[in-house]
Amino acid sequence: MKILKIFMILFLFISFPHLKSDEKNDEFKSKVLKNIRCLICQGQSVYDSESDFAFSIKLIVNRKINEGLKEEQIYEYLREKYGDWVIYDPGLNKNTYFLWLLPLLLFLFGGAIIYKKTITNKINKT
Amino acid sequence: MKNKLSSFVVIIFLSFCFVVFYKGLNNPNTYSPKIKDKKNIPIFEAKDFNSNSYLNSEKIFEEDIFYIINIWASWCVPCRTEHPLLMGLSKNQSVKLIGLNYRDNLNNAKKFINKFGNPYSQIIIDEDGTLSVEFGAFGVPETFIIDKNKKIIKKIVGPINKEIVEEIKLIIK
Repeated sequence: MKILKIFMILFLFISFPHLKSDEKNDEFKSKVLKNIRCLICQGQSVYDSESDFAFSIKLIVNRKINEGLKEEQIYEYLREKYGDWVIYDPGLNKNTYFLWLLPLLLFLFGGAIIYKKTITNKINKT
Repeated sequence: MKNKLSSFVVIIFLSFCFVVFYKGLNNPNTYSPKIKDKKNIPIFEAKDFNSNSYLNSEKIFEEDIFYIINIWASWCVPCRTEHPLLMGLSKNQSVKLIGLNYRDNLNNAKKFINKFGNPYSQIIIDEDGTLSVEFGAFGVPETFIIDKNKKIIKKIVGPINKEIVEEIKLIIK
């Protein structure tokens, strides 16, 4: 009986790290799939979709993860097939400069207006 | 002066928004990726529809001619409408049609071919849809034209029509 207990404890020790690594892998897979757009759905990621396209992409992503590809390499593979649109988080390139820089420009423009108003108010007060 | 400037900025901003949304209204809500550069055909291995043996892409595209890859399935209704046009194209000697059977039941696919005719010189099976992803497809039917250098030069999303057939004929001339 004692031997059986020891055996059980050893078995659990061996099993849990394995489960943990699977959990980590699943988390990574979900993260990647949530960032891929389902091209035939309306506003859904591949992670959320049950479409045929999403099914195939899930298989491909799984395969690429098993091949040891990193997150960015998987996105690059899909970008090469479907263009930038397939990824929710667009990278910085000549087509997306405007998209990335517009909020910054608006922020600077707004800041400049506020700064100018504060200065004018201070001058008027004195 | 200040009021005029603010009104001008507001008008410019609203006009910009109007143009963006107006253009957006005219855009179709489905996305189809365009082929900017000629892409090489993917390297793959696929099951043959008739013999069930595995074939590699080099073997499939071994001849020095134009190829047309057509993704189809027996459950796909638009595939039926384009099938007679594919049958017509298959008579052209300067092109070979390769069928890619997408996520289909093999028996239904065979019934489809027996009923409507076989325009393909070879049919390969894509059981889980991953081979279609290698080609950059996302549905059925889709058609790819491959030139003599084994590069994808045109992609047609949806069923082909008479105009597209004429366009294909001009390309493969």
